[in-house]
Amino acid sequence: MAGQEQQQPQSRDSQVDEDIPEAPPAPPEAQASASTEGVDDLLDEIDGVLESNAEEFVRAFVQKGGQ
Amino acid sequence: MTGAQGAADGEALPVGGAMRVMGAETEYGIHAPSAPSANATMMSARVVQAYAQVTRQRAAGGAETRWDYTDEEPLHDARGWTVDRGAAHPTQLTDQPPVLDAEAVALAYGREELELDGQDESGTLLMNMVLGNGARLYVDHAHPEYSSPEVTNPRDAVAWDAAGDLVGLAAVRRLAADPTLPPVNLYKNNTDNKSVSYGSHENYLMPRSVPFGDIVRGLTPFFVSRQVVCGAGRLGIGQDSSAPGFQISQRADFFEAEVGLETTIRRPIINTRDEPHATADKYRRLHVIIGDANLSQVSNYLKFGTTALVLSLIEAGLAPKIEVYEPVAALKTVSHDTSLTAKLRLLDGRRVTALDLQWIYHEAAAKLAQDTGVGDTVDGDGHTHEVLERWASVLTQLDSDRAAAATSVEWLAKLSLLDGYRQRDGLEWNDARLGLVDLQWADIRPEKGLYYRLLSRNRMQRVVDDSAIAAAVAHPPADTRAFFRGKCISSFGKDVVGASWDSVIFDVPGYGRLQRVPTREPLRGTKALTGALFERYREAAPFLGELLGHNSTPPAA
Repeated sequence: MAGQEQQQPQSRDSQVDEDIPEAPPAPPEAQASASTEGVDDLLDEIDGVLESNAEEFVRAFVQKGGQ
Repeated sequence: MTGAQGAADGEALPVGGAMRVMGAETEYGIHAPSAPSANATMMSARVVQAYAQVTRQRAAGGAETRWDYTDEEPLHDARGWTVDRGAAHPTQLTDQPPVLDAEAVALAYGREELELDGQDESGTLLMNMVLGNGARLYVDHAHPEYSSPEVTNPRDAVAWDAAGDLVGLAAVRRLAADPTLPPVNLYKNNTDNKSVSYGSHENYLMPRSVPFGDIVRGLTPFFVSRQVVCGAGRLGIGQDSSAPGFQISQRADFFEAEVGLETTIRRPIINTRDEPHATADKYRRLHVIIGDANLSQVSNYLKFGTTALVLSLIEAGLAPKIEVYEPVAALKTVSHDTSLTAKLRLLDGRRVTALDLQWIYHEAAAKLAQDTGVGDTVDGDGHTHEVLERWASVLTQLDSDRAAAATSVEWLAKLSLLDGYRQRDGLEWNDARLGLVDLQWADIRPEKGLYYRLLSRNRMQRVVDDSAIAAAVAHPPADTRAFFRGKCISSFGKDVVGASWDSVIFDVPGYGRLQRVPTREPLRGTKALTGALFERYREAAPFLGELLGHNSTPPAA
């Protein structure tokens, strides 16, 4: 037997899959501020994930043609 | 109705809805940040090689699984002619095995680059694998490409396409762990934003009896507009991104013709490559080149599901009778208008938005699904109802609740992230950090890919769960010939010397010559038809003996 069946690449994460739960409707102002906080928090996380030296990294991403 | 697929043998899919034999091809962007001048073809081959090491397939087989090119006909045009080989662009000759020797690399990319890469390893590089899940992983020009196995519905299309991202991830991890090689990143996108594009193609099986002109007329307005649902979003306007801004589609600016055979130059909205990879007088394989590669599962699901619905309309002769004025220009107009308010001119004088066009198709598809019964929630085909519902829901959200749409529509999710940066840091559209967000959105590593960061926070909706995707890495779909192909590789890999979409070739000790098993009916070779056979045998010789109707012992050599 080839190893295909036994060797599985690791799963992405163990997060339980589910659609985004529908939150109960909130007053418009509260909703807006919660969503802004969520975005700020998200951007903070992504700041830590982005490659350093954006300009150089983006410039170096040069591809050969494809279909 | 023009007849069911595979009807002759009794294996037919329900007609009129979203079920259809289909598959995805993804060319990944490839980049080694620590070795930016490394040869892209060699790096792509390293990706294939790394995956072979991960699966140990090569150790079992002793060599790569050769692609069987017997039935490849890339110069056959669906309009009824064949292009002369001499007149074809070299990249169109996809029916020849790529021989990656030093000379070929030098010819293609220049000798200097080869020398820059340093190592003379070209003689040993692995260029092609057929995987145990029925997919093909290979080097296509200068990109690693994963071609998914054939599936019968859009949900499976999402699962086995996402499985390709895990295949790529496994290879990336393997290379990162090898101290002798530069780490390689793979990006599921379609442009380097510097004038180059690479494709993600869809394939749909259709009865050959459908006139090609009907396909062109029925699909063109749909393809002009479907990007509002399944565009992946792109920073920059124009092939070289010379104008700042954001647009809906990765691919739109690279399309220059309405209909044509080419896929690498003068790209057409409707591609006419006519290689059925199946019984040629019964089937056509519609080769769709206009789509963006999708990480968003909802966008990917709707890309396959709604296109399958529209093909069902065309087959039934019920496609909306609309013609868009100058569709190539209209395609770009739609892509460049993130407000979704731009009006397109129809030849009958009406002016409609891309959302209007999508609703026209939705209405026709919903009517056909109702008339044929495939859209019924209880007695339907189990797929069409969900596609129609999700399609309507996304179109409604795009019109009235963009924050909700941003949890499923890929371009809008990316745009929301870019807008967040623009607002927080006051960035202009041409700021390099926004360019990095656009690029890194598509990094297939979950810790680096920004799509995956949103997914982990449940900011992107799922269509299939992670366990289904992980299973699709190792196992073929049960209901197409990909089952037979994948099981041959996983059960008898050491005896399989070649394979293609419509064949598996064995070299079994005791047989005097190679045994080529044709698989020209996409809905045969299923688990229902061959599963028990695979259960019965541990060795290829008696397996082949029963399959081919020989005695259980191989003939004398």
